[in-house]
Amino acid sequence: MGEKIDPNLWSDGAEPHLMGGKLPSGEIVFPMPVGDAAQGVEPYKLSRRGKLWSWTEQGFLPKEPYEGPGSGPGEGPPDFQPYLLGYVELPGEVIVESRIVDARLEDLHLGMELEFCIVPFNARYDTFAFRPIAAAESKAA
Amino acid sequence: MSENVYIIGAGIHPFGRTESRSGREQGVYAVREALADAGLDWPDIECAYGGSAAAGNADIMVNELGLTSLPFTNVANGCATGGSALAASQQAIASGMYDLALAVGFDKHPRGAFNAKPADYGLPEWYGQTGMMLTTQFFALKIQRYMQLHGISRTTLGRVAEKAFRNGTITPHAWRRSPVDLETIMNAPMINDPLTKYMFCSPAEGAVALILASEKKMKELGADGVKIRAVSVKTRPPNSFEVFQAGISIEEGGKPTVLASKAAFEKASVGPEDISVAQLQDTESGAEIMHMAENGFCKDGEQEEWLANGWTEIGGGKLPVNTDGGCLACGEPIGASGLRQVYENVQQLRQRGGERQVPEKNGKGPRLGYSHVYGAPGLSAVAILERE
Repeated sequence: MGEKIDPNLWSDGAEPHLMGGKLPSGEIVFPMPVGDAAQGVEPYKLSRRGKLWSWTEQGFLPKEPYEGPGSGPGEGPPDFQPYLLGYVELPGEVIVESRIVDARLEDLHLGMELEFCIVPFNARYDTFAFRPIAAAESKAA
Repeated sequence: MSENVYIIGAGIHPFGRTESRSGREQGVYAVREALADAGLDWPDIECAYGGSAAAGNADIMVNELGLTSLPFTNVANGCATGGSALAASQQAIASGMYDLALAVGFDKHPRGAFNAKPADYGLPEWYGQTGMMLTTQFFALKIQRYMQLHGISRTTLGRVAEKAFRNGTITPHAWRRSPVDLETIMNAPMINDPLTKYMFCSPAEGAVALILASEKKMKELGADGVKIRAVSVKTRPPNSFEVFQAGISIEEGGKPTVLASKAAFEKASVGPEDISVAQLQDTESGAEIMHMAENGFCKDGEQEEWLANGWTEIGGGKLPVNTDGGCLACGEPIGASGLRQVYENVQQLRQRGGERQVPEKNGKGPRLGYSHVYGAPGLSAVAILERE
């Protein structure tokens, strides 16, 4: 396991949760606000399961501040691996933007059941992602 | 009660890449073109509003244009820089304080996608570090969902780009002036699925200047003016879905484009069916499709039929959209892009469109021109112009 890319982004433990915030109005937001905007906002453990709301594939090497494969010193587009990302609707809570792993672009569809997971990001950091429930179950088996 | 405001001069520096000129020099070029068009000299201009996103302040253009001591306000409003400059200069005249005002926008961006800093948008660093802070992704994510919900095909995305490049071939100020066929567009490398390379506009260079006048001044000069019926700038309402959002509300919210469009139609006392020509923000093909509906020109999903039948072509029968090739063919110099749309409508309404002129209907040229610009972090500006 690498370092967390942001120490407060998800909860620790065997079953980590992405951390959102609960506003005084009851509305759930992501990410947890910081600074003055965090006043009155309770940290809130978001659901580990959700449904795919939209998706795309990142097909080219992003510029700074991207720090993934291909961005390091002496690296370039040949070192880059396209990745999937999307929005995941956590029922009754909020829709979060996330990487999608263990899936192929052509398999993604609206409403697809997904589960939260932690994945290696670069040599130093881990980040969060969602993966299809089916993939999660076959890996566990 | 406010004064009627007219655009009496329009100038443009061709969009694309001009190695020999800085962004600001392109701005000065456009101002001189607009002055010549209006039959005015720089000292005639009483106030000015302008800016760029990446090419410096507009107010130092007085070094080249002349030190006339006019009030010159820099506008730094991202993608709405041009729209905000137009709105400010319109208000300056509508208020009765001034009779002649300048709105100018210019820019010069490095090649490749824009790179944004999370802190500038109040976002955590991980959002940029992990590769989620790209404007291209937002547009792909928005159109991907829209296509699933409203039955828009990938071919329709391709048709939008094909039309843009076709219109670009007959537009002197366009950057991309060669046609690209549908097959090439569809089979080009994917940037962010479902959008290929040819479906995205590129950051570019260019400048536009508009000279606005009161009715009294226009008549005094005998100038060829186009009336500004409405200008509306709106930022995002609660629960909207915009560029650079790590989290979206599960409640479906409003859209800044819908708000700006409704306000402009209301102010102008006209409806979408009255518009003769429209310039809609087409950062990529999907944006033009979604903005057709968000601006009230068709219902969600009807774009499939519109594009298949060529109804948005010049002379296509319904509503010509992006007659100069839009951002797809002109590129997107942020500070100038919104004003380019207004420039194009001014040309169309004055029937100076040349090969790309929207044809007459019932013996009359186009009467109402509609322009719409959208940008980060969720704002839209709409302008409705009228040929009286």
